[in-house]
Amino acid sequence: MKNGSIITIESLIKSFPIGGGEFTALNGINLTFAKGEFSGIVGPSGSGKTTLLNILGSLDSPTKGHTNVLGTASDQMNPRVSAMLRKKHIGFIFQTYNLMPVYTVFENVEFPLLLLKTPAAERKKAVLEALEWVGISDKVKSKPPQLSGGESQRVAIARAMVKKPDLVLADEPTANLDAENSHHILQTMENLNKELQTTFVFATHDEKVIGYLRRIITLEDGKVVSDKNIKK
Amino acid sequence: MIALKLAYKNLVGAGLRTLLIVFVLSLAYVLIIYMNGLYQGWDRQARIETIAWEVAEGQYWQTEYDPYDAMTLTDAHAPVPAELEASVSEGKAVPILITQATIYPEGRMMGALLKGIDTRQKLLSIPTDLLDPDSDEITAIVGTRLAKAAGLEIGDKLLIRWRDVNGTFDATDLKIAEIFKTAVPAVDQGQVWIPLSTLQEITGMSGEASLVVVDKSPGEGTSISGWEFKGHDFLFKALEEMIKSKTVGGSVFYLIILALALLAIFDTQVLSIFRRQREIGTYIAMGMTRKQVVGIFTVEGGMHAILAVVLGALYGFPLLLWTTKTGIKMPEGTDDFGMAAAEHMYPYYSLALIIGTIILVMIATTIVSYMPSRKISKMNPNDAIRGKII
Ligand SMILES: Nc1ncnc2c1ncn2[C@@H]1O[C@H](COP(=O)(O)OP(=O)(O)O)[C@@H](O)[C@H]1O
Ligand SMILES: [Mg+2]
Repeated sequence: MKNGSIITIESLIKSFPIGGGEFTALNGINLTFAKGEFSGIVGPSGSGKTTLLNILGSLDSPTKGHTNVLGTASDQMNPRVSAMLRKKHIGFIFQTYNLMPVYTVFENVEFPLLLLKTPAAERKKAVLEALEWVGISDKVKSKPPQLSGGESQRVAIARAMVKKPDLVLADEPTANLDAENSHHILQTMENLNKELQTTFVFATHDEKVIGYLRRIITLEDGKVVSDKNIKK
Repeated sequence: MIALKLAYKNLVGAGLRTLLIVFVLSLAYVLIIYMNGLYQGWDRQARIETIAWEVAEGQYWQTEYDPYDAMTLTDAHAPVPAELEASVSEGKAVPILITQATIYPEGRMMGALLKGIDTRQKLLSIPTDLLDPDSDEITAIVGTRLAKAAGLEIGDKLLIRWRDVNGTFDATDLKIAEIFKTAVPAVDQGQVWIPLSTLQEITGMSGEASLVVVDKSPGEGTSISGWEFKGHDFLFKALEEMIKSKTVGGSVFYLIILALALLAIFDTQVLSIFRRQREIGTYIAMGMTRKQVVGIFTVEGGMHAILAVVLGALYGFPLLLWTTKTGIKMPEGTDDFGMAAAEHMYPYYSLALIIGTIILVMIATTIVSYMPSRKISKMNPNDAIRGKII
């Protein structure tokens, strides 16, 4: 691994069996991510963004090639190891928020800490802090069905951030949001990235998101066609 | 802990559906306990009554005696064995002589068993003290079932015909001294009780008996010179089998209710696993193993059984308690089952029955909750997160 990098990807190929043959969704990817990056994988629909993000998040494994995510190499991965990795170090944000409808906002955000067996007092403090980061402290007792899309996504960000993970993976986080809400959550994530040095990797084709990125990796047909750092 | 809390929230969140399933399941609990309690109560009651009225602690049978074959009665008599004489005189053993007879109530003809019993006996509840061995007339007592069948009342005369030891027919009138009420048909239906000494005299079987009821068991299978001991194990075998067959028959009803509840839970599980793919994918993304997620859903389905215990206890406890106090009125004709049955049956709910039922239902519920949940371990989390599994 390169000095300071938390993710390395070498000669990654990912193919899916379809029909009788197979479909290659990612074809020879080489990338490294450093700690504290605010980067995005951009490209048209079907270019392989989500597939790449899933491999970064150890939700999926490479067909060929090698990855190392937060110190765990792809050949050491097994369901237990990858579950542990996600539990401790990775936060996910989804296009569809994926909050638990029967839990209150507080309980949704608390969930990752319950999995980590964090003591109750510490848990409460962390949850309230995370809700403050995303500016939704007034809705602790609400349940997801009572929230707007923007509010829901903010809760989802708080849930991803509450354990202070090393890496946050956000797949099209603004796809269901209007401009105002999109900017609001992007500013929130930008601030968290600066304050906590959390590495963010987005998968998106939304221009609003792209405007915030400090590194843009462009994917086309499963290949990286450009990788640019943006001076801010 | 997380699983329990989550399960609880999800079930409460499902509202009416949960309530309905929990109610049907609680009905299954209450019915299983009630029905089995009823049969257990019946069994206990029947045993107690049968011991009091018919078998005491067991009976020595003359070798030829077979209650299911009336033909054997002709030969099934012998002098009371010397080994039992002391007990007989102390009232600890009661000899009974049985012979076949025909009675002629109101000019009709009915087969009956004529039974001679020591009038001073206290071992059995039959009111033999109302028989008078010294009277000029032959006094007899009968149970309410025979009295009804033969249209008899206290003080009535009853013509009876029997064979003596040589096979010669003889006939006389009996005077009904008492009509007694008993829960045990075996001492009532088709039976006429008269003093032992009288029966011995009119049949010419002096000092003889067909069986001897005793107050202490010498152990199943013990035998003394031509008499074999029959203990409770033997004497209650028919009762046990009868209860068992009734229990099986009675279980059909609650098994249907239980199956209905289990089916609803299974269905709910299948549906919720399908509808909650995103949630499942999210759990996995947050670092739960698939096994843990399967666990969450299994606990959720299984929790129906826990809520049903609570609900079932809420209405079942007072209801069942009430039945033990007031008893269950048995329908007319229960007497004809051929086993001891009082007018009111008092169910008996043992702790083992209650706990056993709860465990049984919980295991069944957990299994039907687990079966659909296994599907989760085959799900692709990426598809699940996006709700793409069809
Ligand atoms: N599980 C899968 N099985 C088969 N094909 C898949 C699977 N997942 C993704 N693909 C295909 O891989 C390509 C890239 O998909 P994806 O990574 O979701 O693209 P993006 O997120 O950029 O829109 C698409 O053509 C998609 O159909
Ligand atoms: Mg995508």
